[in-house]
Amino acid sequence: MSRWRRRETAAGEPLPPTRRNTELLLLVFAVLVPVFAYANVGLAMDGSIPPDTAKYGLGLGFLVLVAHILVRRFAPYADPVLLPIAALLNGLGLVLIYRLDLETPKVQAAPSQLMWSAIGVILFAVVMIAVRDHRALGKYAYLAAAVALFLMIVPVFFPAINGAKVWIRLGPFSLQPGEFAKIVLVVFFASYLATTRETLMMIGRRFCGVNLPRGRDLGPVVAVWLASVGILVLERDLGTSLLYFGAFVVMLYVATARIGWILVGLILIALGAFVVGSAEPHVHSRVQNWLDPFASIHAGLGAGQLAQSLFCFAAGGLLGAGLGLGHSILVGFAAKSDFVLATVGEELGLTGIAALFVLYALLVARGFRAGLTAPDPFGSLLAYGLSAVLAIQVFVVAGGVTALIPLTGMTMPFLAQGGSSVVTNWALIALLMKVSDRGRRPPAPIEEPSLLPEDEEVPA
Amino acid sequence: MIVTARRAAGFCLLLLLALLGNATWLMAHEADAYDHMAGNRRPQIVRYQQERGDILVAGRPITGSPHTAGTSDLAYGRNYTDGPLYAPVTGYASQLYGATLLEGVEDDLLAGTDPRLGAWPVITAITRRRSPAGNVATTILPAAQQAAFAGLASTGNKGAVAALDPTTGAILALVSTPSYDPGRLAGANKATRTAWTALDTDPDRPMLNRALRETYPPGSTFKVVTAAAALASGTVADPDEPTTSPDPYPLPESRTRLGNEVSGCRDASLRYALAMSCNTVFAKLGVDMGAEVMRRQARAFGFDDPKLRIPVAVTESVFPRNPDRPQTALSSIGQFDTRATPLQMAMVAAGVANDGEVMRPYLVERLTRGNGSIVHTTDREALARAVAPPVARRLQKMMEDVVTTGTGGNGRIDGAVVGGKTGTAQHGENNRAVPYAWFIAYAKADAAAKPAVAVAVVVEDGSADRADITGGGLAAPIAKAVMSAVLAAR
Repeated sequence: MSRWRRRETAAGEPLPPTRRNTELLLLVFAVLVPVFAYANVGLAMDGSIPPDTAKYGLGLGFLVLVAHILVRRFAPYADPVLLPIAALLNGLGLVLIYRLDLETPKVQAAPSQLMWSAIGVILFAVVMIAVRDHRALGKYAYLAAAVALFLMIVPVFFPAINGAKVWIRLGPFSLQPGEFAKIVLVVFFASYLATTRETLMMIGRRFCGVNLPRGRDLGPVVAVWLASVGILVLERDLGTSLLYFGAFVVMLYVATARIGWILVGLILIALGAFVVGSAEPHVHSRVQNWLDPFASIHAGLGAGQLAQSLFCFAAGGLLGAGLGLGHSILVGFAAKSDFVLATVGEELGLTGIAALFVLYALLVARGFRAGLTAPDPFGSLLAYGLSAVLAIQVFVVAGGVTALIPLTGMTMPFLAQGGSSVVTNWALIALLMKVSDRGRRPPAPIEEPSLLPEDEEVPA
Repeated sequence: MIVTARRAAGFCLLLLLALLGNATWLMAHEADAYDHMAGNRRPQIVRYQQERGDILVAGRPITGSPHTAGTSDLAYGRNYTDGPLYAPVTGYASQLYGATLLEGVEDDLLAGTDPRLGAWPVITAITRRRSPAGNVATTILPAAQQAAFAGLASTGNKGAVAALDPTTGAILALVSTPSYDPGRLAGANKATRTAWTALDTDPDRPMLNRALRETYPPGSTFKVVTAAAALASGTVADPDEPTTSPDPYPLPESRTRLGNEVSGCRDASLRYALAMSCNTVFAKLGVDMGAEVMRRQARAFGFDDPKLRIPVAVTESVFPRNPDRPQTALSSIGQFDTRATPLQMAMVAAGVANDGEVMRPYLVERLTRGNGSIVHTTDREALARAVAPPVARRLQKMMEDVVTTGTGGNGRIDGAVVGGKTGTAQHGENNRAVPYAWFIAYAKADAAAKPAVAVAVVVEDGSADRADITGGGLAAPIAKAVMSAVLAAR
């Protein structure tokens, strides 16, 4: 009997719905919205629909369809909302980059972004097919730690680009290994905390009113964390450092429920941010810029990047200027990557920004849900960690370009130009879907014979 | 772990809510301030994104908007025909320094962003659809403008002219010297900066619109207001009856004795006092009526109105608040702290000429779309009633006597009835600075039922001898030229 045809479990109960058709319906919207946006850009800027609108729509549709078919085959019970949101964000990102490309005829970023999106879907497929059960990943905790460290160390040996040593250049491509490292690091944290959380919760010494764990329990985690933060300070990338640290603290809290450690963590983060912010010139200038974004205007030097970004959001107002009708290109350098949100703000307005934030919030919420339904602590922690990474990254980027917090160079997940980021986030979504699939899937008699009592009865 | 996971999810939600709150604050509350902040190039880009609309004089554009593709992100520029002549009307639209006067006030229309340009203004406002730029048709009469500009230029002095149609309030001429070419400020290059610095630091302040934005002590021209108050309040029942006026007039509560430049002012009639410009008679009348009566009369002519727009903002003309009696005496002859713009003094002459009704002055005849269809037409409306018609007609006779028998002989025009008033305002510490020469007047063609033009001329800073600088000598010929130009055009 094929398990794809089954309508009831082995115990005779009706099967829960897979909700794959819901996903398909949502995917239709997730493709149509960017296609309309694409046509909209052309109409606004040239007065005609771009000739390659159909090609673009078909391309995006094909990628999404491939992903959907893979999900039907390899993760049939996965959450139906995750893939459509990822596809929608990726599609909108492509439109935004294409729209900004029209302002910079010499630098075309959309074609390579489309290529990276395809690679991202390929990685999505690889995760779908290769990771049959997410629990298998938990066995590679120390390998994950080593890989993460390696990925983070590599860029130190490459020249700094724009003040931060986070890229490696390979021919025409530049990669940000730190982006890949974030998933691997979360895998390590999840695996390690899943096995040691009981110990961490029970055993420890009280020190100054806070329960501190034994060194040998927490040692490896703290070591990896220290190493990652240290490397990031060397690489002058405060954003990613903040991201790792935040994810670490959230996962530690979720695993052990020890609020005292959160306090210690917050103090550490504040201390670290203060030291780096006042000592390291690259970061220091970012903090100064955050405190007074308009200083360069008063100094007669014209608006700086952050001021330009704020002007974009202000110009957008409630409803926005309309796609293609804003002037967010004034942001200049990084308008397509770190500052892509400014284009959303100016051209789609507060309405568009709010919708976008809701999409990210949904993605994060669904990720946490996957964690809640996961059958094992590792799966739960993995889902929580990945979701927290998403939420924190969105906060750090969006908060930076809207001057809520100091600006740090990072990319908006799926939306911004940046190959490493898009590819990583597709893998992240694939992992979340794997975990959610495992949580909602009924016990499968064929897949795992050892778990099924009737298998044991057969030889008896 | 479920409880802590829910808390962590709550924390993530808080992060996103903080983002949303901050974005709302930024985009809804702070937006307006950021939109107009220095350093934000959007207003400039929008202003020059398409061909800028024109400012029209007598149906002919006095501005242009050449395509400047390739040189900057601003697609179109701005140029001016007869820039210095019309600068007090147009102001400038600069890619670096913003826009002033009509260029500034009507910027939305000229840039094409005014929702009224669209077919459905409310929907246009929401969709932010751009329309082709609109045009601004002014009320300026080129002949009058040129006469005023040439007349002021020939004196070589700083000065201003404002001319109105008394029956409508339409502004026919608006001139200020020294002037400048706004075209020099239009661009965004080094020459623009150099020109700006030169104009901005010029001690003669060529960018100041003296007709609208500078107030002068009106001197003896203000005696028309005092005479109006005297007749309207009944203080003087008959302008031909002798008044009780000593010469010199000892200012109350003071040892100062006010004298006259001319003889025959002792107990002179109001008519004679206006014709010969007797300080003593009007100073005493002001004191007799009291500051409050004077102030009310000044206000009835348009003084003390900080909100006057034509639609360009006009600086408030003032009669001093709560002056004591000697100050009231001086204020009533246009000295002390009485100050008026040339436009305001033209409104005084216009109010008398228009049988006591001051029409609201306006510079914009209508706003049109690029295809000529009308967006807005300025309504003619009364600003205030200065005096009742019988009083106004008596004042007209008296002002006409100023020209026929008095100090304003230089304003006489063959074939027209001209009423006027000269003035020489002293200012500076102990009145030592060079005085201002004033002349206000109106003219009515002999055959016509209604006056055609009212004008105010002020010439600063005479290079001639102090005694020579009188309104009759310097300012009246300019007023005459302007009025003749208007009469010829009608």
